[in-house]
Amino acid sequence: MTVAAAFFYLFSCVCVASAFMVIASRNPVHSVLFLILAFVNAAGLFILMGAEFLAMILVVVYVGAVAVLFLFVVMMLDVDFAELRQGFLQYLPVGALVGVIFLIELVLVVGSFVIDPALVKTPIAAIPPASEMSNTAALGHVLYTRYLYFFQASGLVLLVAMIGAIVLTLRHKPGVKRQDVARQVARTRDTAIEVRKVPFREGV
Amino acid sequence: MQSLLADYLPLVIFIGVSLVIGLALLVSPFIVAYSRPDAEKLSAYECGFNAFDDARMKFDVRFYLVAILFIIFDLEVAFLFPWAVAFGDLGWFGFWSMMLFLGVLTVGFIYEWRKGALEWD
Repeated sequence: MTVAAAFFYLFSCVCVASAFMVIASRNPVHSVLFLILAFVNAAGLFILMGAEFLAMILVVVYVGAVAVLFLFVVMMLDVDFAELRQGFLQYLPVGALVGVIFLIELVLVVGSFVIDPALVKTPIAAIPPASEMSNTAALGHVLYTRYLYFFQASGLVLLVAMIGAIVLTLRHKPGVKRQDVARQVARTRDTAIEVRKVPFREGV
Repeated sequence: MQSLLADYLPLVIFIGVSLVIGLALLVSPFIVAYSRPDAEKLSAYECGFNAFDDARMKFDVRFYLVAILFIIFDLEVAFLFPWAVAFGDLGWFGFWSMMLFLGVLTVGFIYEWRKGALEWD
């Protein structure tokens, strides 16, 4: 268990440090790279908790896809970040006030947070112990049958995201000639060539 | 729980070895390589002329569209893994619930294909 504890402290220290560097580093691209490091370490923490599936999804989806999107956004913004930081001291009091309010709210919420004892006594489906069933299998047993509506709703959310992205960003340039294989194949000799009678010694 | 963590021992060894190799390749040039930098050597090389502007320029929003469509199908595949692991116990109900999910996303796929979002121009 001591090895697991050592890895817990390693992952959590690197995670907190890189999360701090996300907001502290000057170069936004470095921020995104630190964010990726934080994601990987959070995946390690999930593995230590026995949540294998979440750890792998964190690596596949967040590191593989979302972080790439963040990099795109950071590169696409074309903002002079040195200029953005100009009014830092000027906005510091307002920012600090908002931050302190959020901190107080968080403390109040976390401080008054209790799990309903009735909920613990009668769970809808008990979490099977890891020795009997792996984390992924336990998710699979409830996600597609018991939580069918949530599952289908997530499918609809993905559909809306897909259509929304296409509607918002897809612009076809006018006048671009595309290859249309069906039209190419449907051409016959009559439509492709034209035979003209050219009078003798007069040119075309 | 303990056996689960023991399963990850090869991964830890793998990451450790790759860290050692990567760090060795990064650090060894600082130690052994001959280095005499000057301003011209350290400047950005751009085929003989001075660099025009910042590397951070606006680029086409269509890259973003491709990335978003990639994420959506990535998530779709992520839902397939627990389904495949638990498939034997789920029965026909679980099978058809996944088919409905895939069908909904296929509607979006047909839409994006017909709109030409998979083509570049």
